[in-house]
Amino acid sequence: MRASARSSGGDAMSLVNFAAREITCKIVYYGPGRSGKTTNLQYIFGRVPESRRGRMVSLATHTDRTLFFDFLPLDLGSISGFATKFQLYTVPGQSYYASTRKLVLQGADGVVFVADSQARRLDDNLESLQDMHTNLLTQGVDVRQLPVVFQYNKQDLPGDLILSPPELDDALNFREVQSFSADALHGGGVFETLKGISELVLRRLAAGDPAS
Amino acid sequence: MTPPLNPYFRFDTLVVGAANRLAVTAARAVAETPGAVYNPLFVYARPGLGKTHLLMAIGHGAKAIDPSLGVEYLTLDHFIESFHAAIGSGQGEAYRKRFLDVALLLVDDVQFLTGQRETQAELLRIIDAMQTASRQIVLTSDRPPAEIEALDERLIRRFAGGLVIDIAAPDYETRVAILRRKAEERRATFEPGVLDAVAKLSIDNVRELVGALNRLVAHQAAGERVSAELAGALLGGQAGRRADGQEGRRADGQAGSDSAIAASDADEREHASAPPPARPSAHLPADEFGDFLSEISATLSQQIETWRGKVAAAVLRWSGEGYRTARLELLLEGELARDPEEALREFEDDVRRLDALRAEVETVAPALAGSPLFRDPGDVAGAEALLEQAKEGSDPPPAPSPLWRLDALVETAGNRVAVRASQAAVSQPAQKYNPLVLIGGSGVGKTHLLHGIGNALLASGLRTVACLTADEFTGELIEAIDRDTVAQWRKRYRRAEAFLLDDVHLMAEKGRSQDELFLLFNQFLESGRQMVFTSAVPLSQLAGVEPRLLTRLEGGLVVELPVPDRDIRQRVAERVLEVKLERPDPEVAAYLASRPADSVRAVHGLVQRVLSAAEAQQAKVTAGFARSVLEGSPARPARRPSPPRSSGLVAPGAGGVKSREKMVWDWPDIGDRLIEEWR
Repeated sequence: MRASARSSGGDAMSLVNFAAREITCKIVYYGPGRSGKTTNLQYIFGRVPESRRGRMVSLATHTDRTLFFDFLPLDLGSISGFATKFQLYTVPGQSYYASTRKLVLQGADGVVFVADSQARRLDDNLESLQDMHTNLLTQGVDVRQLPVVFQYNKQDLPGDLILSPPELDDALNFREVQSFSADALHGGGVFETLKGISELVLRRLAAGDPAS
Repeated sequence: MTPPLNPYFRFDTLVVGAANRLAVTAARAVAETPGAVYNPLFVYARPGLGKTHLLMAIGHGAKAIDPSLGVEYLTLDHFIESFHAAIGSGQGEAYRKRFLDVALLLVDDVQFLTGQRETQAELLRIIDAMQTASRQIVLTSDRPPAEIEALDERLIRRFAGGLVIDIAAPDYETRVAILRRKAEERRATFEPGVLDAVAKLSIDNVRELVGALNRLVAHQAAGERVSAELAGALLGGQAGRRADGQEGRRADGQAGSDSAIAASDADEREHASAPPPARPSAHLPADEFGDFLSEISATLSQQIETWRGKVAAAVLRWSGEGYRTARLELLLEGELARDPEEALREFEDDVRRLDALRAEVETVAPALAGSPLFRDPGDVAGAEALLEQAKEGSDPPPAPSPLWRLDALVETAGNRVAVRASQAAVSQPAQKYNPLVLIGGSGVGKTHLLHGIGNALLASGLRTVACLTADEFTGELIEAIDRDTVAQWRKRYRRAEAFLLDDVHLMAEKGRSQDELFLLFNQFLESGRQMVFTSAVPLSQLAGVEPRLLTRLEGGLVVELPVPDRDIRQRVAERVLEVKLERPDPEVAAYLASRPADSVRAVHGLVQRVLSAAEAQQAKVTAGFARSVLEGSPARPARRPSPPRSSGLVAPGAGGVKSREKMVWDWPDIGDRLIEEWR
């Protein structure tokens, strides 16, 4: 449906449909199970005026884990003559939903990797990050070219349970992209993260821009 | 790698007010004559007042005047980084040399020189070298040189030796102007009074002012009606925050202000390192989504402006190179209805294709290379078709000039045979006289008749009539030989439906041209197509032309166009006068016909002289006037004063011959004689 927006050369960054004067930004929240991806979306959902948001689609199991994915469409209105829309997705974190994750990741314009700051979840974070890279690779996406930010969630937990942002940066963020501390449950860092990834994605619109 | 100039940061996008007028004037002077005035130019201002904009505008301005000028923009960060890298890799000398190749060096944020002893020394060396070579250097800082901590005294002196100038905060009027410009760029319209209300908020940092506007744009985009009151309410906090920030920044003192400035500049030039991770805050802003929307709106607008800037720059570039840029202009007018990157790429591809086509056509038919089709990327197909035509030799050969018409020719007893033969050649091409050869001296109307026949043939339904002089024929042949395109050249003429050659006598001694003409002649004769030739020399006296060609020319009808007799002269004069005057006096034509003229061209000349004099003197054209023009004023003995005493030359007496022009060569009738006797 957004085939016309894709520019030549398989570049997955172009998200503008000039004919329809529409900009649609697909942002995927990736990360291990229970890291707080859905919580991010729920917080955003709660802050967006009703007129601006679509229905949040959440397919959860009876244990309240995401089974397929969450989807939150945001309509930002007309900006500089372009109808601007954001689509926020989460992937199911649990390792056995690999094919759904691949599906959701397809055509992403930007990825937020939501890591669980708890020290005991470090391996899960690493595994999920590895999984994301593998999935992107199979889709022919150059990870170095795709806008990605890290969110270190649950930073509100007691200090002895969690790793500090610098420690998490050392462990996960080897490409030194932007990272944000967050407490998604209470909303801390949620919009900062969304702003961070959105800026990265939008700055790529005009290719060759010095900032991109 | 140094960052490129932001295409938006030009002089024409800079709002000039009292606060920055002096700085902009100096910057313009520097852009117009880099290295000649104010070298170095040092501009300082608080963050957000347009230093970087001005700096890049100098770069753009200088480039616009001389696109080949070497311009380099870099921040001091970049300067330091690349300097360290160069030293680390043992390339210090190459690093220095790199700047000596630049005609205009723009260095941003030199306040970070604090404590950079080696960098200061290096910069000093570069400034000295550039000044010696009359190369311009422009620097910006957030404070005057003397206030940059631990700055080498020699650098301060160097800066002071050029021009140190500051940009103050914009006044109210300038703030309104800036807001209007930005709103226009964002294509946002506000209720009256809204922008004025924003300007009154005493936000004196342009960047923050634009941020405030973005916030309003975002609210308006979200469907809210933004009134002056609402704007005040929405931005009240921002103005307050700004005030707090200012105080905080001031309280920081100078040593600690670097990071604050760096952070405030981050939106302009993304820093390489990631910003510090946000701390989960206990108190969250009330309108997180509004903030988000405002930021997204600003980023997106900036990106879209970048596109527009790129397209506008491309329009300037390509139209400057002579290409039609309607397609790109349409894109700007049409609010970017398609991907500008793709459109620019396609445009450039088309330009390249046109260049290739033009280069190719130059080898086949150089005359066609100037065709506007090769300058219109909107019609590459047209250019391709033209090239194809040229390759096949099917581009039309020279046609008769539309100025000469057969029916405009004066038919008299003298030229009746030639005119009638011409009419026959038109009404029955190649049936009666083929070829038709018109013989006559210069100016008797051969060329007129030839082109007249050509035009009449075209009017009668022929599509291609080749009409050219023998000299042109030879010239084209030589060029075709030179380009090895003789075959195409031949095709061009062989495809014509009639062949009209002026001044065939000029082909004397040109063997190859005669050969080609011979072949062409045979083809035309065999296929029953009309040929007409003119010659200033009777065929019997034509030397240097092969007999086989001569006999063929004589095989058709050879008619002579006589020197115009009085009858023709009068008719020609009448014809010309009728065109130029409403009701010409018939006596004028009669008088003009009495003047000596050995060709129709000479009669035209006489008429023209009389008409020009009448126009200059605003006189009525009468026979008397014509006479006074061509022969001088008739003498009046009664009033004649004594001969003027002058240089000693004796003035001729009345009725004496004053010049050759005034000689009467023939006395054709009694009227003329009476006039002469009266004189």
